[in-house]
Amino acid sequence: MQELIKLNIIQLSLAYLFPLLLFVILKKRGLKREWELLLATFRMTVQLVLAGYILVYIFAKATLGLTLLSFFIMEIFAVLTVIRKFQKDQMPKGMKRTVAFAIFTGTFLSLIYFVFVVIGVQPWYEPRYLIPLAGMIVGNSMTGVALALRLLLDGMKKNRVVVEEILILGGSPKEAAKEVVNSAFEAAIMPTITSMMSAGIVILPGMMTGQILAGASPLVAISYQLAIMLAILGSVALSVIIMLSLGYRLYFNSEVQLKK
Amino acid sequence: MFEIIDMDLKGIISIPYLKIEANKLTVILGPSGCGKTSLLKLLNKLISPDSGDIYYCGKNLKDINSLELRKEVVMLSQNSPLFPESIKDNLKAALNYHMLPIPENFELREILKQVGINKDLDDKVLFLSGGEKSRVALARVLVLDPQVYLLDEPGASLDEKTEIFITEMLKDICQKKGKTMVMVTHSKEIARKYGDVIIDLKEYSRG
Ligand SMILES: Nc1ncnc2c1ncn2[C@@H]1O[C@H](COP(=O)(O)OP(=O)(O)OP(=O)(O)O)[C@@H](O)[C@H]1O
Ligand SMILES: [Mg+2]
Repeated sequence: MQELIKLNIIQLSLAYLFPLLLFVILKKRGLKREWELLLATFRMTVQLVLAGYILVYIFAKATLGLTLLSFFIMEIFAVLTVIRKFQKDQMPKGMKRTVAFAIFTGTFLSLIYFVFVVIGVQPWYEPRYLIPLAGMIVGNSMTGVALALRLLLDGMKKNRVVVEEILILGGSPKEAAKEVVNSAFEAAIMPTITSMMSAGIVILPGMMTGQILAGASPLVAISYQLAIMLAILGSVALSVIIMLSLGYRLYFNSEVQLKK
Repeated sequence: MFEIIDMDLKGIISIPYLKIEANKLTVILGPSGCGKTSLLKLLNKLISPDSGDIYYCGKNLKDINSLELRKEVVMLSQNSPLFPESIKDNLKAALNYHMLPIPENFELREILKQVGINKDLDDKVLFLSGGEKSRVALARVLVLDPQVYLLDEPGASLDEKTEIFITEMLKDICQKKGKTMVMVTHSKEIARKYGDVIIDLKEYSRG
């Protein structure tokens, strides 16, 4: 296997030419995004450097406790990221808890399945496998749940009259919310399905690119990529369906009335 | 059929006592915003009062399952939205929510005739006129053949002649089939001519 070319500081610094170029363009066109770009570049750099050092430490220790801790921190970050996006929205009571439960359960179950059944790594908590996989699964579930929640909130608001009409006609909450829930589910899994459609043709997915750069055979890389994409699909679908099927209920009370 | 005792709906209506009789056409009158729609919604438990009790057939609404109640007490809402599909799909949807079998097409056509609609069952409701839409909504309630009808301005978007035609048809169902109807209208004439009982909601309004 060929050794990976290690980037030295100077080589890496040269890559910062790209954001610099964008900065100049933004500035020239009078677009007000230049500080956001600087902040994003800065944050990405600091976060990744920190993550790198932390991962070196965790990989070296390879203990169950540390691995689980990292997993929980990822989950908490994912949940907080979603909730923060919806700060300005009026949400029915209990929605935040539902989001947390959905992300946690959906990702946890898919990850467990993936680690134990599909790759069967020894020991199962080997951080070199578990942490990057968890990161991808949690990240995708987070995006999916955020999208589904946006559509659930907007859909229930926009279609309130129709939802109530179905109750008036004797329908159950499930029937009343069906349309909204279904379209939210569809929309939330579409990005994952689209990325499956284009995988390997339009883009080489990130994980596969990384493995190939690191010297793995493309065949090994694709087998991992296939497995992880399927796991992501499962995790996104599971998290989203849990969030939606618990979430719509929060709009109704026990008397089968639409809450104010 | 209904008895309302000491009922209060915050800032909207307050009713010390009101009885709605079975097998009669009760007409609700009152100015806009006085709480007519709210009263109907109270009767099929779409909303609940802040205090007081409502009885249906001697049973407190609080003790009746909402879904069960709504199978017997069916409401035609004001400006009832239709599902953007065919006329038949709309009738079918209501029947499905009530877990009733879908009747033969000729029976469904009969109901359309009853509300004076001369269209095909497969016609899309999107292309119907306002008054036709409101009558499809009425047909969607009639097809359920409930014991109690709560009708929120069934004649609102109709011309005078059609409104009278519809009201006579409803009155007919009420008498021949022994149904109970509570109908909101803005027309004093209709109220006087067809109502067995007239309730002016203004006196209970807190608005
Ligand atoms: N869910 C609600 N929350 C708060 N106020 C409400 C609610 N529903 C209705 N109201 C208020 O209660 C009052 C009565 O409303 P309602 O719809 O019952 O009037 P209405 O008599 O049917 O009027 P119209 O003839 O215009 O249909 C109105 O002032 C309305 O704003
Ligand atoms: Mg009204």
